[in-house]
Amino acid sequence: MAINWFKYAAPTTFYGLAGKMIPWFAFSAAILFAIGLYIGFFVAPSDAQQGEFYRIMFIHVPASILSMFLYLIMAGYAALGLIFNTRLSAMMATAIAPTGALFALISLWTGALWGKPMWGAWWMWDARLTSELILLFLYLGFIALHASIDDPRRADRAAALLAIVGSVNVPIIYFSVKWWNTLHQGSTIKFSGTTMHVAMQQALFTMLAACWLYAIAVVLARVRSIILERERNAAWVTQLPGIADFAGGEK
Amino acid sequence: MISLDVWMRENPLTYVWFGSYAVALLIFAIEIAMVKHKRKITLQQVRLMRNAGDDTKTSISEEDSA
Amino acid sequence: MKKSSMLDLLLLVIRRDLILAMRRRADVLTTLVFFVMVVSLFPLGVGPELGMLRKMAPGVLWVAALLASMLSLGRLFSADYLDGTLEQMMLAPQSLSMLVLGKMAAHWMVSGLPLVLMAPVLGLQFDMSVQALGVLILGLLLGTPILSMLGAIGAALTLGLRGGGVLLSLLVLPLCIPVLIFGAGAVDAISSGLSIVSHLSLLGALLVLALVFTPWVTAQALRISME
Repeated sequence: MAINWFKYAAPTTFYGLAGKMIPWFAFSAAILFAIGLYIGFFVAPSDAQQGEFYRIMFIHVPASILSMFLYLIMAGYAALGLIFNTRLSAMMATAIAPTGALFALISLWTGALWGKPMWGAWWMWDARLTSELILLFLYLGFIALHASIDDPRRADRAAALLAIVGSVNVPIIYFSVKWWNTLHQGSTIKFSGTTMHVAMQQALFTMLAACWLYAIAVVLARVRSIILERERNAAWVTQLPGIADFAGGEK
Repeated sequence: MISLDVWMRENPLTYVWFGSYAVALLIFAIEIAMVKHKRKITLQQVRLMRNAGDDTKTSISEEDSA
Repeated sequence: MKKSSMLDLLLLVIRRDLILAMRRRADVLTTLVFFVMVVSLFPLGVGPELGMLRKMAPGVLWVAALLASMLSLGRLFSADYLDGTLEQMMLAPQSLSMLVLGKMAAHWMVSGLPLVLMAPVLGLQFDMSVQALGVLILGLLLGTPILSMLGAIGAALTLGLRGGGVLLSLLVLPLCIPVLIFGAGAVDAISSGLSIVSHLSLLGALLVLALVFTPWVTAQALRISME
């Protein structure tokens, strides 16, 4: 069976599709969060060296992974939008940015809280924490540039170019920071054992999946608003049930 | 700060919960609220635009029906 | 009609921008004075112990150079944009990337090179050794062109926007971090008796990468901003 995938690349169809998918993603994210927290706090044993503090990992690691992947996905969408001039890709890139920035923020916050009992200081210029901070700066730059250009088309394209330049720079930044860090002999969090307990892994993966689902749900919800905003003059928007009913009901 | 260190080691789970998970969940809650608010605002805008644009059209159609 | 080759075009743009810069010497001086001031403020802020100042010197000089080079970026394209020259340049049959490269080179000569020449004097304030000063100059020579080139991308993206200056720094500064790390790291390395080859060759690699990609990217950014 041939499915026309490009059908879903049009904002019109995507708007409806996203609306149907959001509850499913949100619901499964909530359930997985509950399961992950249960395993993380009640099933997983405490670590020999880090005691209970290591449990911050279950939110810290997924948040870090998400913030990095979301940047790459955002840059990917931005590149698609720039090269093929598809409207939806640019909107997706715009919708992903705030979520990515918030995950970077969570990662920094929890990293600092993990660092306090482990290192005795809230902030260490550890390679990963520093890269995460720079990643947050890159997200903020993207959001600020997009917000300060009034013409949506120029905003999309300028921000897209910035995201691409940023994603080329991310590996360079990461390795330079890592190199800088080894020269200055910073400490990193290490686990006492070579392997993690099975329950720890389960909790970690469940939380990771939950974060992914949450991110997808929020991004889809945000992109729906952006589609509405951009296409408010299109015929299909005025025929949407919520809007048409409202207009009729007021008369 | 020393008292915080002591407290932290005595109540590690409370520290972990309120320090990181509660904050993360709060950030998620704020984000969800932002997204919902944005949707509400956008819908309002679109309705306003539609109503404003429709005024001329509906008046014509009303005349037609009459 | 005489067909001008790429190199002629490059030299033409550089000469034009240099002449324009010489007519507004105050702009050039502002950047330099800012650099000197920022660097001189540090000892006042952290205290006059020479041991600590010597340790901080490369970082302070590099960060100040980074900030000073941000200062003049806003003017890189804006004057040409306002009087319509930029539009003419984009319509010209010659490659826009080449024109942009010329503007970058001129910008570096006007705002980067004076910083490089000024740095040793400021380094003496921090009691840096002659060797360390040599490495600092070498690093700045390799690094400041990268700052101009990365900055040009930001300048092109924020062309004609309100609050462009602050936004520009927000966009460009994170991208400049590797340059800062390797540039200041080289001076640290020579001070602690390590080899500087890896730092400087990495800076050189970044310079080559920037030379290859940034003119094209900046040209694209200009097209986006001008359409």
